[in-house]
Amino acid sequence: MIKNEKLNISSQEINSEENKSLRDISEVNVYSCYQCGNCSSGCPAVEFMDIPPNQIIRYLQLGKINKVLESKTPWICAACNYCSAKCPRSVDITKVMEGLRRIILRKGIDHVDINELKKELLHKLPPIALISNFRKFVL
Amino acid sequence: MEISYYPGCTLKEDAKNLENTTLPLLELFNIQAKELENWYCCGVSFSQSSDNLMQQLAPIRTLIKAKESGRKRLLTLCDMCYNTLKRSALFLLNDEEKREIINDFMDREETIIKGDEIEIVHILSLLKEIGTEKIKEKIVKNANGLKVATYYGCMTLRPKEIAIDNSDNPQIMDDILKAVGCESISFPFRNECCTSYQIVNEPDIVKSQTRKIVNSAIKNGAEAIILSCPLCHYNIDAVQKEIKEEDESFTTLPVLYFTQLLSLMMGIDPSLNDFSLHHINPKPLLKEKKLI
Repeated sequence: MIKNEKLNISSQEINSEENKSLRDISEVNVYSCYQCGNCSSGCPAVEFMDIPPNQIIRYLQLGKINKVLESKTPWICAACNYCSAKCPRSVDITKVMEGLRRIILRKGIDHVDINELKKELLHKLPPIALISNFRKFVL
Repeated sequence: MEISYYPGCTLKEDAKNLENTTLPLLELFNIQAKELENWYCCGVSFSQSSDNLMQQLAPIRTLIKAKESGRKRLLTLCDMCYNTLKRSALFLLNDEEKREIINDFMDREETIIKGDEIEIVHILSLLKEIGTEKIKEKIVKNANGLKVATYYGCMTLRPKEIAIDNSDNPQIMDDILKAVGCESISFPFRNECCTSYQIVNEPDIVKSQTRKIVNSAIKNGAEAIILSCPLCHYNIDAVQKEIKEEDESFTTLPVLYFTQLLSLMMGIDPSLNDFSLHHINPKPLLKEKKLI
């Protein structure tokens, strides 16, 4: 989030279909978040994200799901649950990330193309890595 | 005592040494791990989308097989399997409506599952039950003060509903290793994620995290990293080798499953460790400590 970023907030955006489907998939109330930032401070992959987890939640509170869906953050998340465990408001951020990934995957856009992965990589990596990756990044 | 045992995919391949060192170790305590028949992958990563029940089926079918075995407890050695199976059981138990949908869908399964029939037990919890006193009795080789950094990662610690120990300051592995004469050092990354499945398409994230974990363990005096999860093992062991190839100044640490270390100290056949599966050779350290 850019400092002093100006955002136009509209009820249409907040009630958009995508926001509704995120709520349905994740069953998380993002409005519980009071922006303490614990999630971002504990996230092991935050330095690789373009929008840190607490700001993802803030954008969602403001109805800016399109901005969040363009972000690479949900694809950097490793679903380790650290953020969810640290949240004093019990916002399950890991589930929000999963919901965001699902919205994109269900449009038919896989994040990882299995056919593009090099054979050497498939032989090198243990099944535990490949299967968990495909479960998160391929519909 | 017999306990059902679910190995999961990686224990039959890259993490054979985890299985091969654990099962004889349990035999020493008269525990027979009975592998489930016709098991298949648990899916590794628990589905966190509430409307996708298909992804729950693989672990739930495993729970059904466990129930059909007639034994109440199901042992897992892999942290990811533990997390997925345990959470799937809770998912079933806590949502009656979805439980019914899932049971209706699985019309070829003869057994209905509710979620509370099977207790999923991680190997660390099982050893805690056995107790450090009994474990100590089986030790025949001294650790010679081996300084270990215990690395827990996430899957046995979070979320708290399935945690085997305090997720902020886990001690379950440390307690066992300290009891058998290892010196357990504390370091800040012990309960942080190894960044998991990002190894497939974002290996730089894993490299960065592995660097932090290993550097921190070394800084705090560790001679080896000890863990229980096959994915953490790959990400910390194999990735260290890749980092070393790119950066000669990087110092590596051997990475061992805690059951490897215990089995060596208990005099179990060292060849079961199959050190060729390791990317950072632990043999020089183990020889120095007279464990092999």
